[in-house]
Amino acid sequence: MRIKPKYRRLLLVVASLLLLGGAVALMLVAFKDGVVFFYTPTELHQPKNQAKITPDRPVRVGGLVAVHSLQAGADGLSYQFIITDLSDQLAVVYTGVLPDLFREGQGVVAEGHLLPTGTLVATTVLAKHDERYMPKPLVDQLKATGRWQEGQMPSEQNYVKTPRP
Amino acid sequence: MASILRFYHRLAPFWAKATTPSAVLRLLAAMQSWLGWGSVVLLAIGLVWSLLVAPPDYQQGEAVRIMFLHVPCAWLALAIYSMMAIMSAMALIWRHNLAFITIRAMAPVGAVFAFLCLFTGAIWGKPMWGTWWVWDARLTSMLILWFFYLGYLALLAVTQDRGRGERAAAILALVGGINVPIVKYSVDWWHSLHQPASILRLGGPRIAAEILAPLLLMIVAMTVFALYVICLNLRRLLIERKNLAARLRQNLVA
Repeated sequence: MRIKPKYRRLLLVVASLLLLGGAVALMLVAFKDGVVFFYTPTELHQPKNQAKITPDRPVRVGGLVAVHSLQAGADGLSYQFIITDLSDQLAVVYTGVLPDLFREGQGVVAEGHLLPTGTLVATTVLAKHDERYMPKPLVDQLKATGRWQEGQMPSEQNYVKTPRP
Repeated sequence: MASILRFYHRLAPFWAKATTPSAVLRLLAAMQSWLGWGSVVLLAIGLVWSLLVAPPDYQQGEAVRIMFLHVPCAWLALAIYSMMAIMSAMALIWRHNLAFITIRAMAPVGAVFAFLCLFTGAIWGKPMWGTWWVWDARLTSMLILWFFYLGYLALLAVTQDRGRGERAAAILALVGGINVPIVKYSVDWWHSLHQPASILRLGGPRIAAEILAPLLLMIVAMTVFALYVICLNLRRLLIERKNLAARLRQNLVA
């Protein structure tokens, strides 16, 4: 059967896009763990990830800074805090300047090495902000009238992932 | 299926008439001043509203205003690339010259917006996250999108034979289309430092109306501006081709 050239080209474009899309999808699934920018404490403590995380390799851990967990050292530059994903947690020590957005109840990503005790010695702390934007005057007013809770409605989809089977 | 094909065949002559260079040039000439003045007015209102009137964010304070440039740039970089990829498929299948020329007119505009998105993102990231750049999924896939734009432009620039160059570049643009959904959903598929979608998400936007309204206006304003620049580009390219064709005809006669 003779097919018109334009339909042949249509078939060619559709077929190659399907193949390419499939190949990229397979690649992304295969690299899923590699593409992850950080682990949550729960994921960090999962057995399947233990082999990949050794003291000589840097690791990034993300979650919320647990409320009332931040302690500043006497030198004013060293800090201790706990990162939580609301089901597991990790202790972090850090010496350096914290970003402006860093505060309890807020999202952070800490990068560093794990001690054998399980504490993370962070060399970098990055603040993560959530997808919510609200006017400051409104929130100030809510706080003034006591109707505001710090860290209320954390962006859950980002930290609390239901464990995959 | 058969009725769709019949409809297509009945429509084809009108479509062919509407897409001749002179018909498109007339349309572009009529649109140009509307787009130009429209973007001036919309940008003026949008910039005053977003930079002066809109309230500061409860967490980010005044730094949130970078969003009013960053988000429209990101939207345009993705939208223009999507259009380029779709038109590349059409151009490759139907070999319509106008499609090749339109992709050519869009590419530099999209490349500039992709760069501006990365640039404003870095400026925003430094005070908020504490870093200019991280290799997370969203940032990296956006960088790759910019590279696809540059690759498309480079491929056009180095090929001697215009027709073959345009076809090769269209294939590249089409392949890069795979990256668009990856950029959009990177923040949902993987943990990333970048926050998840604020506007186009299930359950509606998570931006307060006072901040969302000027943001949407800025998106519209910058889109009209981008259309204006694409319109200028396309007119220039079409006029160049027309002059070239006229010169060739003259040479043949002489």
